[in-house]
Amino acid sequence: MAPRLKLFLPLILFAALALLLFRGLSLDPQELPSALVDKPFPAFSLPSLAGGEDLDRDLFSGEVSLVNVWATWCISCRVEHPYLQKLADAGVRIIGVNYKDDPEAARRWLAELGDPYRANIVDGAGNLGVDLGVYGAPETYLVDAEGVIRYRHVGVVDERVWTRTLAPLYREVGGTAAASEWGAAPGGGP
Amino acid sequence: MIPEFGHFALIVGLCLAVLLSVVPLWGAWRRNTAAMALAPGLAVGLLVFTGISFACLTIAFLQDDFSVEVVANNSNSLLPVYYKFSAVWGNHEGSLLLWALTLALWTAAVATFSRQLPLLMLSRVLAVMGFVAVGFLSFSLFTSNPFARLLPGTPVDGQDLNPLLQDPGLIIHPPLLYMGYVGFSVAFAFAIAALLGGRLDAAWARWSRPWTNVAWAFLTLGIMLGSWWAYYELGWGGWWFWDPVENASFMPWLAGTALLHSLAVTEKRGLFKSWTVLLAIFTFSLSLLGTFLVRSGVLTSVHAFATDPERGLFVLVFLALVVGGSLTLYALRAPAVNSRLRFEWLSRETLLLVNNVVFLVATLTVLFGTLFPLLMDAMGQGKYSVGPPYFNAVFVPLMALLIPVMGLGPVARWKRDSASRWKAELLLPAIAALLCGLTLPLLQGGDYNAWVALALVLAGWLVLGMLRDAWRRLRAAPDLLRGLRRTPASYWGMFVAHVGFAACVVGVVCTSQYSIERDLKMSPGDAQTLAGYRFEFLELANVRGPNYLADEARFTVTRDGEEIARLAPQKRRYLAQGSIMTEAAIDAGLFRDLYVAMGEPVGENGAWAIRLHYKPMVRWMWLGAILVAVGGFVTVADKRYRRQRVLAPDSDGAEVAHGASA
Repeated sequence: MAPRLKLFLPLILFAALALLLFRGLSLDPQELPSALVDKPFPAFSLPSLAGGEDLDRDLFSGEVSLVNVWATWCISCRVEHPYLQKLADAGVRIIGVNYKDDPEAARRWLAELGDPYRANIVDGAGNLGVDLGVYGAPETYLVDAEGVIRYRHVGVVDERVWTRTLAPLYREVGGTAAASEWGAAPGGGP
Repeated sequence: MIPEFGHFALIVGLCLAVLLSVVPLWGAWRRNTAAMALAPGLAVGLLVFTGISFACLTIAFLQDDFSVEVVANNSNSLLPVYYKFSAVWGNHEGSLLLWALTLALWTAAVATFSRQLPLLMLSRVLAVMGFVAVGFLSFSLFTSNPFARLLPGTPVDGQDLNPLLQDPGLIIHPPLLYMGYVGFSVAFAFAIAALLGGRLDAAWARWSRPWTNVAWAFLTLGIMLGSWWAYYELGWGGWWFWDPVENASFMPWLAGTALLHSLAVTEKRGLFKSWTVLLAIFTFSLSLLGTFLVRSGVLTSVHAFATDPERGLFVLVFLALVVGGSLTLYALRAPAVNSRLRFEWLSRETLLLVNNVVFLVATLTVLFGTLFPLLMDAMGQGKYSVGPPYFNAVFVPLMALLIPVMGLGPVARWKRDSASRWKAELLLPAIAALLCGLTLPLLQGGDYNAWVALALVLAGWLVLGMLRDAWRRLRAAPDLLRGLRRTPASYWGMFVAHVGFAACVVGVVCTSQYSIERDLKMSPGDAQTLAGYRFEFLELANVRGPNYLADEARFTVTRDGEEIARLAPQKRRYLAQGSIMTEAAIDAGLFRDLYVAMGEPVGENGAWAIRLHYKPMVRWMWLGAILVAVGGFVTVADKRYRRQRVLAPDSDGAEVAHGASA
């Protein structure tokens, strides 16, 4: 009975849609792949927060680094800060990008809360942020020893993000800090 | 204690919903009058207990009870009282409770105002709505309990409501939107009840129509408020983003528009029955799909609630049950035989068919665009986002196709009409619309804008055609007063809604084509001229609000030396979370808005990036949408919806025989 069969069409279409939605549940749209993943860190020449010579891309050659975009106006950065300190204490090389901030306030913040950064790039006008495609602070990039961006994380880096995502990648690109072992055993701080 | 009381009331509500979904259906099956007669009482009970539960949550917010998790996460002692109130639904758990409350409200409304329905029909309708309520109440209780406590570890203060939501527009936007979304459950329930009973007739369509129109009008208002809020709150003057969540509310609106026109054909002519039933199912399914998209986290959106896959799975299973179940029922019970009633090519039926096709294509286009990123991701093709260019490319031609037909619709006769009559009726309006539409853009000066001309011609065609038709009706009456009284309310509703739509089209096209915006670096003392208006940046000030600190830029706007407005946009920093918000300042006018927003501070000596907008006719869009909604409400005043008691459902003429066998 052909006309009757035709009436099943909506049901069949809906079943296909439901399957798609079910598949969608296990995908994560929040994963923002950066256009720069597997590309070299963009060129820059910007002052260092500590003063002295301007910093440029050579900062990244020879050693695996985490590049953390932060600012004193960013409340989440304050949340993230103690964990970065932990990572730094464990030997992870962290480079800060002080993003659209007041350098004076930034120096005060580091003096007060501690300084996990090996160096801090002052990006007052946000130009480096534009080149990197920064959505907002905090953001953290994993840069390998050749200066190539390997991963981008938007939002706070905490124990969970580190152990689940960043630490394995960090080891994969040859990060040698003690933290690579430490990261594999969550909770066991130095 | 109060939250536990609310939790308990919610559990009682769920129990009542289970009874409502089972007992009357059983009664309808066994023809047990006593069981069927329980339905209205259970529906009212459902409303009472869901209401108590909602009131308890509201009290927890108003009393700053931070031991309740949602209160701690979404409120703050500094939050102004009216935002504490709206914070109740500014989060996943609370808004879900609002959803359930709205559904209970509609269910109780059907129980109250449909006493004249045959008990068999009423009990089935209420049972279907009860089943939907079971789904949402258990979703709330089992995956998103709004009354969960933070004990021990009660925070001293709450984390505050998202500052984006701290806005008067957002106090009423969600309730209106939900009234619309959830209101379509009534049309859905009527359709399912009709399929269960095997009788799809004109009476069924007449019962569904007022409910559908009201829900649709609420949804129109809800969407309009959302668009207006985005315009002044997000700080860059956009009013529609084709964001997945906006689409989630727009799809039921589009499908609902098709539904209410299709219902008209089914009521008046007994045609399109299967199609109308399918549209009723489709419309409510899209409401449910919207709920799924917003709360499951499968798509990214500015509106996303705290999402988690478990909740997503729950909604998906529920969606599969409701939609899958009703489509199965449809496949088994809908009349498969084409109606024997015929209509000619030139007839109102054909025009309404075009309406249905256009709105269905529009709905599917939005659906496809919304799900495309998900589809590509699921097939491993990477991340995509579908932006305005796609949607605009489809919508503009669709509307250009729709409006000529829309102008003909009200004038055309059922069954059969003639081209010569249309010509006699509409030649004059057509010429007038062409003349007005083509000349008006000249007044604007500058380059002649063909898009604006097209929009004006189409809008003029709609409005003038309607006016001409109304005049013809009134002229036929002995005097004006009697003519007005004789014309049914549903006609005036349609009149107002169509005129509103025309205003909306003009607003959208003019503001898109003629808007001027500029991003500038300005320091206090600077002045800039935009579209003949001089914006002078007087001073920068620090302002303190109840729960924020703000930089305020004070502007005066002058034209030809005369002061037009003082505008003071702000950049706010909310204290609880330190989030930064842009508060635009707008001088609104019927023909133009002036809009100033602050960007970021640049360099020293108080310079800021400032965004200036000149937006002509932007209000027409929202005023038009309000008219559309008013039109929807007016139709319900039609006398024939109150005559139902007199007309037995079977006495309505020839259509009855075509329903599927009962």
